[in-house]
Amino acid sequence: MVAEHTVKAFDEDITRLRGMVAEMGGLAELSIAQAMDALVSGDERLAAGVIARDRRIDQLEGEVDRLAVRVLALRAPMAEDLREVLAALKIAGVIERIGDYAKNIAKRVGHIEGHKRFEPLTLLPMMNELAGDMVHDVLTAYAARDPVAAADIVQRDAKVDAFYDSVFRNFVSYMVENPATISSVAQLMFVARNIERIGDQATNIAEVVHYAATGTYLPDREDVMPPSGSS
Amino acid sequence: MVMIPQPAVSDAARLPRGGVAVALVCGLVMVIVGASVVLAGLVVVAWLGTLWLMRPEPAVEVRQAEEPALSRRAMIDLIEPFGVPVLMLDGQRIAAANAAARGELGGHIVGQDARVALRHPEAITLLDSREGSVTVRGLTSPRSIWQVRRVAVDDRFSLIELIDRSAEADISRAHTDFVANASHELRTPLASIIGYIETLADPDARIDVPTRARFHATVLREARRLQYLVEDLMSLSRIEAEKHDVPRDPVDLGLLVASIGGELVVTLGDGRIKVTAEPAVVPGDRQQLDQVIRNLVDNSIKYSDAARPVELRLTRGEREAVLTVTDHGEGIHPDHIPHLTRRFYRTDPGRSRAAGGTGLGLAIVKHIVERHRGRLDITSRLGQGTTVSIRLALLATPEPTGG
Repeated sequence: MVAEHTVKAFDEDITRLRGMVAEMGGLAELSIAQAMDALVSGDERLAAGVIARDRRIDQLEGEVDRLAVRVLALRAPMAEDLREVLAALKIAGVIERIGDYAKNIAKRVGHIEGHKRFEPLTLLPMMNELAGDMVHDVLTAYAARDPVAAADIVQRDAKVDAFYDSVFRNFVSYMVENPATISSVAQLMFVARNIERIGDQATNIAEVVHYAATGTYLPDREDVMPPSGSS
Repeated sequence: MVMIPQPAVSDAARLPRGGVAVALVCGLVMVIVGASVVLAGLVVVAWLGTLWLMRPEPAVEVRQAEEPALSRRAMIDLIEPFGVPVLMLDGQRIAAANAAARGELGGHIVGQDARVALRHPEAITLLDSREGSVTVRGLTSPRSIWQVRRVAVDDRFSLIELIDRSAEADISRAHTDFVANASHELRTPLASIIGYIETLADPDARIDVPTRARFHATVLREARRLQYLVEDLMSLSRIEAEKHDVPRDPVDLGLLVASIGGELVVTLGDGRIKVTAEPAVVPGDRQQLDQVIRNLVDNSIKYSDAARPVELRLTRGEREAVLTVTDHGEGIHPDHIPHLTRRFYRTDPGRSRAAGGTGLGLAIVKHIVERHRGRLDITSRLGQGTTVSIRLALLATPEPTGG
């Protein structure tokens, strides 16, 4: 736990900073879920909502930036406090990227033909759920400053990557068999790629959470797990 | 942390003595310097007027400065024992969280910005408004559903209550799970039938006669299980289909209990079941009520202590007939009781299958009782046994009115 500061204003700044990061995270989480819902149901209004929400995320990122810079300049925090501010700054940047990926998925909603019973589409919600859960849990780890939970999330990215590999192969063979659907499946290919990136970004957040809480870096991911499933 | 004391505003401050004195001195100086007395008087009056207009509003401020400090501690103590998670907010910061909230959201939330604990956008809009209620998904675990309600205590403090709605969402989910479960349940006996038949049909496999007989017995048992399962599934779907159609045929439940009881005494042997029945006529579906009684007795026999009889009893109350089936088995853990009527729910899957259960018996009972607009209660004490009771309204007999 962070000890209380003699300067109450500093304490308040940190609290506010964390609050804003959490708010960004909540928005991004909702966007991830809704982008997929919109894609599966073909609901363009829902998709428009996701796209609009991204602006709010960007705006919050700007606010986090400004506040973090102000705290750094005015209070010159040290050690744990410095890590806390840097973590907020970094995580806000990553969440902004996640928001972009969700927006990207939402933008493809209008481009999938005959989506109702489109077989390749049935693979994506589960993959999205995996990545979305990672984001959810990493934000909870951030809120709790829990390095153990953070380290655990890094491990889970392998599942999303494996899923991505199988989805990729599945899509390729589907396109070979049904050339008429290539343009739609190609869109879904980008969606799968975006989801995979969301999983990666969740591990990036996890690493920052771990660093902020302990001051040590997690071992390099590539050393722990070789990429799986590549043929 | 030292709280900055708010300036205490008392009656003394209500009359700005300093200001009045300065105004009077100013008027005096004006007269001394040589201004007209009338002008000086006007200036003093105007000055005093503005002082009077700008006097602070003391009553409200005095309360705000003192009461929260008092009630804050009291409020924390007040919310602590609540079963539902409750947070107390000081502005946007979480000043306190009760045990239930710390359990659900983690102990780290106290002292944090409320957005850290409730980051869902809907919840955040609630934090921006004074009072209200929203339903959010994924507050704790990703698929949980919570109703978040905010109540303002005063301008500074507010309470947030979280109500878990995940269970209600589970019910609709249960329906989709059903198909998956049913296919799973059907597949298991099928797989074992196919396996044994393949072995038996294999010309290269040298199987001696006793093993062959055992294999045949297993195939037969699994095929029976499949048959029961299909029958149970069919009756379940039939009951579901007509659940809004309340049965009205008069059925003498006492007679029915007595006849099933007599039959069971013969098949199970004396000493396994004890039957007592009073005549009681209820509106119902004879065949379905028959099924209820048989399913309940079946269950009890399966799980009861073999040395002590299962008690099947029908009593006639003022307005309702009460059917109870009591066994003296090992009882059911309270954690399981709410789920017993769910399809394919088993407290001990291995034992249930070994006993030939389909996992649908109590689900069927529940649906039949519901169709009859009756009530099903299960009470159990570990080590002592279980009692299932069903209450059905008696058939309304036209009262013989005088004349």
